[in-house]
Parts: sequence; C-alpha cells; structure tokens
Amino acid sequence: MINNEIKTKLDSILDKAQESIKAAKDMDIINEIRVKVLGKKGELTAVLKGMKDVAPEDRPAVGQLVNDTRTKIESALETVKTRLEKAQMEARLAAEKIDVTLPAKKYNIGHSHPNTIALEEVERIFIGMGYEVVEGPEIEYDLYNFEKLNIPANHPAKDEQDTFYINSDIVLRTQTSPAQAREMEKGKLPIRMISPGRVFRSDEVDATHSPSFHQIEGLVVDEHITFADLKGTLQEFARELFGPETKTKFRPHHFPFTEPSAEMDVSCFKCGGKGCRFCKGEGWIEILGCGMVHPHVFEMCGIDPEKYTGFAFGVGLERIALLKYEIDDMRLLYENDIRFLNQF
Amino acid sequence: MNTSLKWIKRYVPDLECTSQEYMDAMTLSGTKVEGYKELDENLEKIVIGQVTKIEKHPDADKLVICQVNIGTESIQIVTGAPNVFEGAKVAVVLDGGKVAAGHDDKKVEGGIVIKAGKLRGIESNGMMCSIEELGSTREMYPEAPEYGIYIFDDDAKVGADAVKALGLDDVVFEYEVTSNRVDCYSVIGIAREAAATFGKKFYPPEVKVIGNDEKASDYIRVEVTDKELCPRYTARVVKNIKIGPSPKWMQRCLAASGIRPINNLVDITNYVMEEFGQPMHAYDLDTIEGNKIIVRRAENGEKFVTLDGKEHVLDENVLMICDAEKPVGLAGIMGGENSMITDNVKNVLFEAANFDGTNIRLSSKRLGLRTDASGKFEKGLDPNNAEAAINRACQLIEELGCGEVVGGMVDVYPEVRKESRVPFEPEKINDLLGTDLSKDEMLKYLAAVELTLVEKTNEIVAPTFRQDIHCMADLAEEVARFFGYDNIPTTLPKGEATTGKLPFDLRVQQKAREIVQYSGFSQGYTYSFESPKVFDRLRLDKDAPERKAIEIINPLGEDFSIMRTLSVNGMLTSLATNYNRRNKDVKLYELGNIYLAKELPLKELPEEKMMLTLGMFGKYDFFDMKGVIEEFFEKVGMNEIVEYDAKAGKPYLHPGRQANIIYKGEVVGYLGEVHPEVAKDYGIGGRSYIAVIDMTEIVKFATFDRKYKGIAKFPAVSRDLSMVVPKDVQAADIEKIIRQRGGKILESVELFDIYEGEQIQEGFKSMAYKCTFRSAEKTLEEQDISAVMKKILNGLSVLGIELRQ
Repeated sequence: MINNEIKTKLDSILDKAQESIKAAKDMDIINEIRVKVLGKKGELTAVLKGMKDVAPEDRPAVGQLVNDTRTKIESALETVKTRLEKAQMEARLAAEKIDVTLPAKKYNIGHSHPNTIALEEVERIFIGMGYEVVEGPEIEYDLYNFEKLNIPANHPAKDEQDTFYINSDIVLRTQTSPAQAREMEKGKLPIRMISPGRVFRSDEVDATHSPSFHQIEGLVVDEHITFADLKGTLQEFARELFGPETKTKFRPHHFPFTEPSAEMDVSCFKCGGKGCRFCKGEGWIEILGCGMVHPHVFEMCGIDPEKYTGFAFGVGLERIALLKYEIDDMRLLYENDIRFLNQF
Repeated sequence: MNTSLKWIKRYVPDLECTSQEYMDAMTLSGTKVEGYKELDENLEKIVIGQVTKIEKHPDADKLVICQVNIGTESIQIVTGAPNVFEGAKVAVVLDGGKVAAGHDDKKVEGGIVIKAGKLRGIESNGMMCSIEELGSTREMYPEAPEYGIYIFDDDAKVGADAVKALGLDDVVFEYEVTSNRVDCYSVIGIAREAAATFGKKFYPPEVKVIGNDEKASDYIRVEVTDKELCPRYTARVVKNIKIGPSPKWMQRCLAASGIRPINNLVDITNYVMEEFGQPMHAYDLDTIEGNKIIVRRAENGEKFVTLDGKEHVLDENVLMICDAEKPVGLAGIMGGENSMITDNVKNVLFEAANFDGTNIRLSSKRLGLRTDASGKFEKGLDPNNAEAAINRACQLIEELGCGEVVGGMVDVYPEVRKESRVPFEPEKINDLLGTDLSKDEMLKYLAAVELTLVEKTNEIVAPTFRQDIHCMADLAEEVARFFGYDNIPTTLPKGEATTGKLPFDLRVQQKAREIVQYSGFSQGYTYSFESPKVFDRLRLDKDAPERKAIEIINPLGEDFSIMRTLSVNGMLTSLATNYNRRNKDVKLYELGNIYLAKELPLKELPEEKMMLTLGMFGKYDFFDMKGVIEEFFEKVGMNEIVEYDAKAGKPYLHPGRQANIIYKGEVVGYLGEVHPEVAKDYGIGGRSYIAVIDMTEIVKFATFDRKYKGIAKFPAVSRDLSMVVPKDVQAADIEKIIRQRGGKILESVELFDIYEGEQIQEGFKSMAYKCTFRSAEKTLEEQDISAVMKKILNGLSVLGIELRQ
C-alpha cells in the first residue's frame, strides 16, 4: 500500500518538476527547481526520509523508484540547462561583436637601414658557403691599403681613388681590400672570408657619390682555386641575391691586386635582361669587381704563389642597396629621415 | 678615349660588324666600350645637289627660290640661307627625309622630318642644310660658314650621298681604357685589340723613314741632364714649312676624336698623337738659340710663360725643355709662348720624347695644367714608340706637302727599354683558369696581340708597348680574354670545408640591433668625419679629451675635416633633420665607430670603438631610454644589477638628467636628456634624449650561454613598504639596502609608487616598494618574513626613511 502511495507521490513530483522545468526561462529558475526538488530539504529528499515507514523487504524497490525519479529530473534539468547556457553564450557573443576594421595597436618596431639589410643578405649567403666574417680597421696603414695590394707609391690608382690622408703612412682606407692582406698575413690557410666595412674616398656628396660608403671584400685562398671557381661562386651569390633566374656576365678589367681581373654584370632584375629604364636599356647591371689574387700580392703577404691560388672580389654595399630597393639618391642613406627608414 | 670606327678600319679593313656588336665584343675582350654615337643618327635622304638658278621670292624679302639639280632631277627649294649662289653644291634633304637639328642648331630627339610644302605660297620640295642641321659643328667642320648652309668643294658629285661625302657615315666609340693598358690610349692599340677580338688581320701603318741629304744633328744638339725623368728624347727638323689646311680625311679622323682641325702642321702632330699614343711638340726652330736643346729640372722659383699666355712659377720637380739661353717648354705638358708655331713659321723642330709618367702627373697637377699630352704621358709611355711616331709625323709632312724633312734624327736614349720575357707554362695557365686549353690554342690567342713564343727558351716575348705582361697570370689573362671569359666553366671551390661564422662582437651588435629595433628605434648611418666646430656646439671644455681628434690633411672641407671622437653630433644632427621635417615621435640608433688616437700626431693606428648611439624625441622620457638599455643588457646575458651614476659630467646633457651606465663597476656608456641649450642650437624643440653604449665594453661582459635555474616550487609572499624618504635619497640607495638586508629569500623589489607634493613634508617624497620573498627550500612562515622586514627597516632608517603612517 505504502509502496503505491509512494509511487503516486513520486509520479506527481516528477510531473510537477517536468512541468516547471519546461517553463523555466533562466538558470536562476532551474537552480531554484533543483533545490526545491532535489535539495537537502527538497521534495524527493522528503520521500526518502519516509523510507523508514516502508517494509524492509520493499525498501530496495522503493529506493530504485526514488532514484529513477531523481535521474529523470536531473536529466530534464541538464537538458534545459545546456539549452539555456547555449542561448546565454550566444547572446553574449552577439553582444560582444567588435568592429574588426578599427585600427591595429602596433608595437612600432624600428627598422633596419637598407645598407644593413643588404649587408645581412650578403653575409647570410657567404656564411652559408662557409665564409668567415672578418673586420679590418677603417683608419689604415698605406702599406695595407696600397703597397701590399700591388699599388706602389706614385701608382696612378692612388690618385684615381682620391685618398684621404692622415699622414704619409696612414690613410682612411679607400677599399675593404686591405682586409685581404691582413687575413693572408695571419698565415692560416685555407681562407674563405668576407670583410664588410666602411671606406672613404674624396668624392663630393651628390645623388650618386658619397665620401664615405661601404664595401664587402671577399677572399678565398687554397690549393687549386681557379677562375672557374670564382665564376661559379659569384654566379651562385648573384642568384641568391637577385633571384634564381639571374644571369651573370664577366668582363675583363684591371685591378692591381688581381690577375686576371674581371667585372661582373648581372642580368637586370627589373626587366630580366630585355633592357629597361632601370638598366639604361642595356639589360645588364654592373655589380662587382673580382679576380685571381695577384702572385705578387701573395708574395708580399707571405703565401707561396706556386702552391696556392685564390680569388678576391669587392662589392659596393650602397650599390646593392640602391639597386635592390630602387633608391634614386644616395644622400637619403645618410639623412636618417624616418619617413625613409621606415620603408625598410 | 674616343675614336671613330673609320679610323680603326684604316688598320683593320676587314672588320664588319654593327655598332652594338662591336661594343659588346670589344667589352668582352677587355677594351671596354662605354658607349657610341652614330654620326648619321637622324640623317635620312640627304644628297648633294647643285643650285642652278636663284630667283627672288615674290612675297618675302629674306627668302629666295632655288632650282637645285639633285642628279636625277631638278627640284625647287625655298630658302632663307644668306650664302647660296648659283653653282653652289649643297646638302639637300629631300621630301620625307630627316635632319638632326632645327634652325636654332639644337639637336632634336628623333630628328626632324622634312616634308614638301609651301613657303609663303611658293612650293618648296626639300631643304638645304647647315652643318648643325646635319648634326655636327663648325668646330669639327671649320670650313662650314658661321651662318648659312654647308657648301661642298667643287669636286663633290651631284646626286651622291651627302652624309657619306661629309664622312658622317661613321660611329664614334668611347672607350674606358684601364691604367695597365697604356698602349690602348692610341688608335693603333685599339685597332690591334679589335683585330684580335674579331679574328681579322691587323695592318699597322707602314712608317717610312724619309728625309733629304742633310742631317738633323747639324741643326740641333740635344743634352738630357736628368735621364730618370727623360729616358728618351728624339728630335727631327723640317724646313720650308707650308702652312695650310690638312686633308679632309685627316680632319674627319681628328674631329671624330673630339680634336678640332687647325692646320696641316698641328693636325699632323695631333693625328700622330692619337694614332701612336705618342704626344709630340713642334718648336719654331728659328726661336731656338744656340742650336741646342737642354732637358733639365727647373730651378725653384723659375718663371715661365706657356703658349696659352699664362705665367707659371716652377720648382725643381718640374722638367723643362730649354735652348742654350732660355726655357722653351714644360716637358710633356705644354710648350712656351716664346717658341710657339705661328703662321709665319719657316723651320720646325719636332720633339717626340719619353718622360717619367709620375713626374708629369705630379707636375701637371701642381701647376693645374692638364693637356692632351700630359694626359698621355702620365700613363707612362713606351720609349720605343717615340721613334716610330716622329718618323710617322715626318712621313705625313712630306706626303701632305707641308715641308721639307731634314734627314736623320737626333736621339738621346741611354738605356734602351727591352721587351719582357715570361716562361710559357700552359698547364699552369689551365690550372689558374680552370680550363683545358691546348698549347696551340693558347699560342693562337697570344699571337693575335703580338705575344710570341721563342721556342728555344720556351718564353713568351712581350713587346715593349705591353708594359703589363710580367708573369704567368698576365699571360693567363690574355688567353682568357680571347678564349672568352664566358667560355670558362663555372665551378665551386673544392677542398677542405670551412665553417661560416660571424665573430662574437658582430653577434653582439646583431643582438643590439634586434633589441633596439624591437624597442622602436630605426637605424641611421652618419659620417665618420665631422667639423671641429662640434666640440663648441657640444659645450666641451677647452681641454676635453674629445677634442684630441685625428685630422685629415686633405679633407673635403672643414665640415669633414676630423675623425669623430664621439658619436652624439651625428645623432643630434639626424634628430634635428627629423624635427625640422615635422616627423613626430622619432627614435633613431646608429652603430658606428669613433676614433681615438693614442697620441697626436698619429704614429700608429688609433683605437676604433664601436658605439651604439640611441636618440629620440617625442612622447618618451629618460626612463624609456633606460628601459631599452636594460632590455639589451639582459638579452646579451648581462643579468647583474645595472648602476647609474648621476655624475656623468657630460656638458651636452641636462645636468640633472644624465647618468653614466655602470656594469660590474665599469662605465659602459651614458644616457641623458639633451641639454636644452644644445638642443636649441641643433634646432631640436622639446625634450630629446640620447644614450651611448660602448660596444667594446659590452663585448667583455656579453654572453649567449644560458643555464636553466628551475622554476620555484614554493609560494611567494609579498610585503608592501610605504615610506617617507628624504628627497636626495636615490631609489638605487633604497634598493641596495633592501637587497642587502633581504638576503637570499628576497626574490624581487619593485617600486610601485612615487609621489611628491601635498600631504608630504617639504624636502621629502613618498615611495612605495613591493618586496617579494620566496625560499627555494620551503614555504615561508610569517616569522621568516617579519625578521627580514625588520632588518630592512632598520637599514632604511639610517637613510632617514620612515614608514608612512
């Protein structure tokens, strides 16, 4: 009897609960229902408390009934809760919509100078090919800047280069080539080095000249180094720097410290060699000077020219920067206007 | 060096190529062609016509109507030219043809098309041309009238191509000759290269030694007192000179090379100078006293008037040509007014000498007198060339009927220049080039430029005009040039592998760039030289060590005359540039050397110190700058406390807002606000800040090694300290005490509030620190903390600091 009574009661609790759950509009009501029905002082708990009046042999069955009811109510609560939470989240997300086209907050990171970007490119290429970066002094002995490079006193090249003198023995280096002589004198072979740095020539400032600019010297000394190696290395360099389609052309030239000597042109990277305003219609752009180390230079630096050969090259950094970034006035590189610098 | 193709073809008659082909091939074989100018550019349909009839124009006073026979027909042309006459042979551009310039003599890009039309109602079917309309000048065609059309000589063929008749069917090439190829400063030298480049036969001019039965030595004796400066002096004599114009072909050759034709005698000397690369000089023999030429150094202070009428004061380094009584020329540079050729000259003394190139270069530079002759001599010429050149000139004199050549040559040549000999080592040449050429192929290339093998000694003999051939590498270059640089394979060096690397100091610089750029600074470059005036601008003391700057003895001007001893001027100048251009919130940095002499004048190389210089103005302050510095230090492993000493003593910085940056007791740089007066002087408005870090010091402390220390397991406890502090007490003093007394368990100390003003007693400030404690071994108890806090407070009270109530 009692069992039936309890069953009826449970059914009524369940019905009422399901009804009110169904009607619930927000989470507060859901929580209220939970407390009212399932809480310590709730209706279902009250039924459990009445178990003492149930015959002991019926208790498991009654207990099962109570639990079933609880599960059903909990499940109903959960379903509505999930639905409500979802709706709540949707409402919040809808409310939080932003205008994604409002301005960005930037860190305003500074910019590298175009010279430095070009330099790092060149360094990266040659370091990858096993070259060590070596530095030399900017104020240099005449001995290293000229004599050891096969440019003796009164050589016309000394005039041509318009040297700044500190005294008769010390000059502002006119080229990074003295780093070659210094490296060779160390006597550690083989050598694969590049030496970037500032050089000075007595040119008045204008759109294409500056009394101070930068070069990168390269030097390889080993047994069996050939002119073909020089060509291959610099072709590789040009392709890395200007793109894989780049073609190279070597023209005979003269430098006192290399023999044979050459100048290297690259196919114009604007027009691909067809000829445009950029390459003055020639399809080629002069990039660097190079050659096989002159045996006399080897001798002066204490390297046996019968055993060793080598090649050297020199690239103008500003030239690369101006070409690559299409800068039409060299003066911009030394004005440091941030409207210029911020473009790199 | 400019030379016309026609002149080259006189010695390489088989040469056939377009201008572009010539330019490309010559450049690739080592005679760089900078560019070329086709003289017949924009000249089309121009023939020689003869004016047969001239009538007045009925409606224009200044115009005439000409009937012109152009060979095939007669056409009517209306012209305003003042110099036409019946019978005149003129250049006529026909209907649809083109001329290079307009009536104003200015060249027009693309030329001007001439069309038949009516001039004041009268039909005109072409145009008669002035020399300027034909794209040239009276400089080059001295016979052309100043105003009016060009009139041909009577022997001109009516109906013929006028452009050809004028010699304008030619191309002038501009060469860049390298300093080692002195022989290529001559038409013959370039022709020889052209022949070798195109595989054609080279026909050098045939020089005949001519002369009458007399002897030049009876007319002149030569004495050379300085054979170092004058290794050779040759002289010949020509009598009964007949001055007149030189032939047209010679005038055209000279004109195309940019040399104005003058008269036969001058033109011959210029022609031979270009042809052989050997300058010559002609003296009026009747002005030479004592029948003697003496070559000697000038005396210090000796005065001399050159043929351009200018007086020069000489020194003992200048070589002079003198007669028995007086100087008559500056050797290799310019002759004297006193012996110059005039129209009345009767007898001439020809000189073809060899002078020391360096001496000529330095003398001409010192005297400020550079001539075609000195320009050639200063390269250092071949003395063996002088004889051929003087004989060539005499030959032309006779051929052109310009005078009677006296037999014999006076020649002072004590040490005959010998040809050089280089062992022929074909395998070494292949080894150097990375080629696999046969011996015969190499010999073929060498022979093309007159480098021949002596089989007996296995040596290559280089003629004396090739002063650049001394060793195997020189021969390798000759082989490579004519084999073609392009045909040499491309390989990569073999052999021992090497590690590519950046040295440590450059890695530190790289890191510095990275950090300061992340902090918003952009990189600038400034010059290494500056004006000595910057020291005053920077308010440096009269005896400040920075004033001991290295001076350049030949600077570009005072503004570039010293090597900088501090880097701030460049930065301030760059900031000012940006300020003037109204750029806002500017942050710049530079990595560049300063140059510190150990002693002056400089005896050894100075110390070159790499400085990182930061500068900024705008929405920033001192502590922004400080933050960048500490950020950088941390990233290069400098994790100790950085100290700041306000007594930096920099006169260009705000006295109350500057500090030396001290790391492990060493000053590694400084920072501060730019002194308002200095900022004003540079033109920077508002507050600006700079920092200078000595990278040579940083490199001593920097490291990229890192060791993991573990993450704390036990919780941290914080205590806030709110204090009233006497105004003079620096934060660093407080932090030092907190750190000392906090001991091992003090994890960090952080200032979170500072305040002066109301509620705080005059002469004091309120400061609040957060001290965080943590132990590596245990969770800290209240008593651990309070014990330490007590120690800290005791320490602080010594500085007159009290806790805020």
